[in-house]
Amino acid sequence: MNALRRQRALADYTIAALSRRKVKNLALVAVFSLVVFLLASAMFFASALRQEADAALEGAPDLIVQQLSLGRQAMISADLIDDLASIRGVRDVRGRLWGYYYDRVSGANYTVMVPEAGQMPPPGQVIIGEGIARARGLEWQGAPLFLSRKQGDLNRFDVAQTFESDSALLTADLLLMNAADFRAFFSVPEDMFTDLAASVRNPRERATVVDKASRAMPDARFVTRDDIARTYMKLFDWREGMMVALAAVAMLAFAIFAADKASGLSAEEAREIGILKAIGWDTRDVIAMKLWEGGFVSLGAFLLGTTAAYAHVFWAGAPLFAPVLKGWAVIYPAFRLAPGVDLSELVVLLLLTTLPYAAATVVPVWRAASADPDAVMR
Amino acid sequence: MIFRTPILTLLLVSFLALLVALGAAWFGQRLVRHWDLASGSRAQLEMERRTELVSTLFAMVMLAEAVALFLFVFNADRMAALFVGAMCAVGTLNVNGYGFPALYAKIAVFFAAAVWLIVDHVDRLGRDYPLTRVKYALILGIAPLVILAGGLELAYYLNLRTDVITSCCSKLFTPANEGIGNEMAGLAPGLSLWALALAELVVLGLGAYAVRTGRGHALFALAGAVFFAVALTAMVSVISLYVYENPNHHCPFCILQREYFYIGYAFYVPLFGATALALGLGATAPFQRRASLEAVLPPVARRFTLWAMAGFATYGAVTLLVIARSHLILFG
Repeated sequence: MNALRRQRALADYTIAALSRRKVKNLALVAVFSLVVFLLASAMFFASALRQEADAALEGAPDLIVQQLSLGRQAMISADLIDDLASIRGVRDVRGRLWGYYYDRVSGANYTVMVPEAGQMPPPGQVIIGEGIARARGLEWQGAPLFLSRKQGDLNRFDVAQTFESDSALLTADLLLMNAADFRAFFSVPEDMFTDLAASVRNPRERATVVDKASRAMPDARFVTRDDIARTYMKLFDWREGMMVALAAVAMLAFAIFAADKASGLSAEEAREIGILKAIGWDTRDVIAMKLWEGGFVSLGAFLLGTTAAYAHVFWAGAPLFAPVLKGWAVIYPAFRLAPGVDLSELVVLLLLTTLPYAAATVVPVWRAASADPDAVMR
Repeated sequence: MIFRTPILTLLLVSFLALLVALGAAWFGQRLVRHWDLASGSRAQLEMERRTELVSTLFAMVMLAEAVALFLFVFNADRMAALFVGAMCAVGTLNVNGYGFPALYAKIAVFFAAAVWLIVDHVDRLGRDYPLTRVKYALILGIAPLVILAGGLELAYYLNLRTDVITSCCSKLFTPANEGIGNEMAGLAPGLSLWALALAELVVLGLGAYAVRTGRGHALFALAGAVFFAVALTAMVSVISLYVYENPNHHCPFCILQREYFYIGYAFYVPLFGATALALGLGATAPFQRRASLEAVLPPVARRFTLWAMAGFATYGAVTLLVIARSHLILFG
């Protein structure tokens, strides 16, 4: 318990000493917390995007089958639905109709889909995402949506419903159409689909099902939900890693700055260490005191930086990083990220920021602490 | 190579540890050869002064290494989604041949670091550098381990390829294959539970003896090491079955996942902490009679022993809790 009391006394002294040099220490904390803020923002934002992608994929089909022709995706024949459904373990095989529509008026691409039976709009009507409504200025109730495929062509659709913005990440550029309208609008023959979707009841059977199906349909490409999830995870990991590597340069610069600050002791500080040693502190006590000092500075900067990053990412929507991490498009959804930070991220952040700082300051601290009292006071 | 923040962090920790270990080892070999407390020479004074720096730095990176071990496993578990066939840390570590060796090396570094930190702590209690020579001799042993662990880790991360199909834990920990994991999985559940209970009794008994008499710490350390091995065996052979409520799933890593409420950490943190303390106590036991330590070491040793006993007891308690709450009935 003696050791604990000693540490408490040291911490006590350190706080008093820190507050005596308020301006210098606050400046240090401010710069440090800026670095923490950069790193933490990048990490929080990427992890929120990963979560969002995971949540979005929950509803994705287990297995998607695409027809390949000349190495590119082509329309798939409805005959294959039965082939796929005949494989044991495969359920709910359905043909999907979807495509992209380039809107010359707004210069944006819309995703046009035929929804499943429950959500199907009646013929002549569409359901649109809030991004489309925004891009086309459909502010008033009942405003029709005119779509033109080529010069002199105009198709009128009534807007049955506009998606709420809480699902904006998925629906901002979405345009849901009736199946008959879709085939007519895009001239899709009756027995063709964009791709097929199926569910596989047992997740461990997916690989086997893909194996069997690819023998039955050698021209098709099979995409499982895990493939998509893996790709998203890799993509976001990579983007986060890039941001962190960039921020690490800032961390390095800060470590150099901190080492410089710690080695250039002011006359007053040198005198303080001299007096402490003269009244009986030994080198270990001074080092311990200085480590406490570093600890308080790191902790303050860590808390400040992390809190600011949290506010930046989850309340303000990460205005500084969004263009890099999200990507870019004409219609971009305005969405709020679901707040969520896990312990491992904080541990990573703590290691990533305080360890270089501590490593950079130990040598100057030791140099100051081990000097002779009369040498530093003179 | 996968560009992931935890990986970058782990590599940073390993790199700093490597630098510090090399520096400390260079200083250590000089110290071991020339250390002479009686001498008042300039070189000796310089060395005494420099030990403060080296010890502080080394203690810092050893602490970071201890945190890094848990981060390493946690990250491996998280990355399982990236590899076809992986469902937990086992699959990720199996992606290439460096994964498991890196884990074992990191565990070795963790225990070595813990022993060193305890020796360092005890050394600082005495005013005449009682264990300094021992401390630096230890660094000479630890430095190659740190280099090895860092190298294996780097090789592992550089060779991570996501198009490799890896095998999952249910393949590795089955009695049907050959290898140590399967030997552990094949052990009769009843036998390993009895062995765990016996080891628990022995380690707590020896701990109580050490607390009461202030002796027998070396024996306690040995018992702690045995308990560690028995506990891991029991984990693979029987405790995991109760956690998963499945008589065939033996994986010691899946219990770290969210589905099982991260219960694995309640097992491993006390177990690793207690074993580290016990080993450290064993390492300092021969020096209890040193003049400068005679007065200050016993209370510290007592405290550490009590903490270690608490850790070992926690492992047993969590085991009982898991068995009591599980719906699996293995016996009767």
